Amino acid sequence: MRGVSRDRSRKLLPWISTPIILVLAFIAWDVFVRVSGISDAVVPPPQKVLSELVTVLGTAETWEHAWITTSETLGGFLIALVVGVVAGVVLGKVPWLELSLRPVIVASQVVPKVALVPLFVVWFGFGITSKVVISAMLAFFPIMLNTQLGVRSVDAGQREVMRSLNATRWQTFRHLEMKSTLPYVLAGMEVGIVLAIIGAIVGEYLGGSEGLGYMLVRTLNDLNASAMFATTILLSLIGLLLYFAVNALKRFLIPWHESVYAQQDLNG
Amino acid sequence: MSPDSAEAVSATAGARQSTRTGAAGAAKLELIGVGKEFRTKRAHTVALSDINLTIDDGEFVSIIGRSGCGKTTLLRMLAGLLSPTTGRILVEGRSLWNGTKVDTSVVSQLGVVFQEANLFPWYSVAENIALPLQLRGDDKASRMKRAYELAELVGLAGFERSYPRELSGGMRQRVAIARALSINPKLLLMDEPFGALDALTRERMNLELQRISLATKATVVFITHDINEAVFLGDRVVHLTPRPGRIHQIRTIDFPKPRSIDVQTEPEFGAIVRDLRHALDEDEKR
Ligand SMILES: Nc1ncnc2c1ncn2[C@@H]1O[C@H](COP(=O)(O)OP(=O)(O)OP(=O)(O)O)[C@@H](O)[C@H]1O
Ligand SMILES: [Mg+2]
Repeated sequence: MRGVSRDRSRKLLPWISTPIILVLAFIAWDVFVRVSGISDAVVPPPQKVLSELVTVLGTAETWEHAWITTSETLGGFLIALVVGVVAGVVLGKVPWLELSLRPVIVASQVVPKVALVPLFVVWFGFGITSKVVISAMLAFFPIMLNTQLGVRSVDAGQREVMRSLNATRWQTFRHLEMKSTLPYVLAGMEVGIVLAIIGAIVGEYLGGSEGLGYMLVRTLNDLNASAMFATTILLSLIGLLLYFAVNALKRFLIPWHESVYAQQDLNG
Repeated sequence: MSPDSAEAVSATAGARQSTRTGAAGAAKLELIGVGKEFRTKRAHTVALSDINLTIDDGEFVSIIGRSGCGKTTLLRMLAGLLSPTTGRILVEGRSLWNGTKVDTSVVSQLGVVFQEANLFPWYSVAENIALPLQLRGDDKASRMKRAYELAELVGLAGFERSYPRELSGGMRQRVAIARALSINPKLLLMDEPFGALDALTRERMNLELQRISLATKATVVFITHDINEAVFLGDRVVHLTPRPGRIHQIRTIDFPKPRSIDVQTEPEFGAIVRDLRHALDEDEKR
């Protein structure tokens, strides 16, 4: 019984610790602003940011911008997911293709992709398309590489089991290859979703008149630091939400996997 | 003499060669001059050389030999997973290997227990046990029923819904055994299946395996490091010597079946075990 209640209190721990950490951070922030006498235009006090956040959240325009950023991110992410998984499976299964494309893949990985953003704006315009393309491009690589690794990592012993059972190709795929590759794909997706949102925001910084990235640039031009802070908080919340959605998908799809087990050990 | 009768004569000669007391039925498995070489960048290993062995239908053959002498290699060739470099393997008179291609119709009703459990971590114990049935197309209710029976048989009742991660090494191996038994195989190939078990569980599993093999009349090829176990279960014990793997001797074990655990205390049993141990010790010195 003691073990059970200890488990439960461990599960509850993050729910207690997180608010405490947040409150402490706010207090430290407040004290810092008061003691240092720093200008509001550089670091606004937390109360001001919070009231600004309430104002920002109360404006319909904010939600339109938030929706645009979210759909750019999701659009780019989904494209990256489909293309990345297909490319990963093909490259994982066809060694000679992977070998001949390897220089290109390595080169395109080394290129700082954010540097290409202006080019994409030129090619795809100031609208939503260029942002979708940018976030797809950023999210694509981790998903593709992880899928490829997953396809290669199917256990030889488990393969022999399927062979000794006279399994068809489809059966081997369904019971072994797919299940065994899924954790890798999901790991790629966890990295990919974070990169996708970065892609969308960077795209919005550089071109266009929509999205939270654009809103952020506007608050900068207005020198409205508290609005900038508020928008950043909103962006982080969206990022968190998307990440946890992927994480929840992972827990749902591969409850048996070690990464999920380990996470359960840590935070239930 | 007609060609037909010539064949009949050589068939009886083959049956006599297998020298097994009370042998039932025709040859299930026949290995004729089987050899296997591995060529890798670093080494060229002759894992097995000139293996000749005839195994009758329903026979239980134990294979012993020190580590690295080619036992697993032999089993993988019999399972249709690895093609022999030389020689022929016949299953019920039909060639298993056609060059490096395996004739899958020959190896149906085959159960293999590998040296590692090789379970699927995404499936529960019951689902792992029932996998061969699922591939065969059995409906869910009947295969789950069978899985629960088999879990009970291997001493895992109550763990049907657990996942492999939650099991000990020995428990996982027992799941693998249950999985191999699920389709009532006519040919059962086992690679050190009880290596990870404690002595008592091992004894129980030995008795169960004997019971199952007698009840299903399955032909069993059983690899082990444990001489006692090899003699207890085997109708014959094949001793492989290493580098290259060759058959050193084949001992016929005459104790009637089913054997009780007490047979191990009989002086004759002890003598056979001692003999084989000495022979294995000789391998060590070479
Ligand atoms: N795929 C392979 N490639 C190269 N060499 C191999 C391969 N598989 C086995 N061998 C070699 O063949 C020999 C026999 O290996 P095998 O696995 O059959 O031994 P074993 O009798 O099963 O040993 P153990 O009792 O330790 O399981 C070893 O020397 C090993 O190095
Ligand atoms: Mg082995």
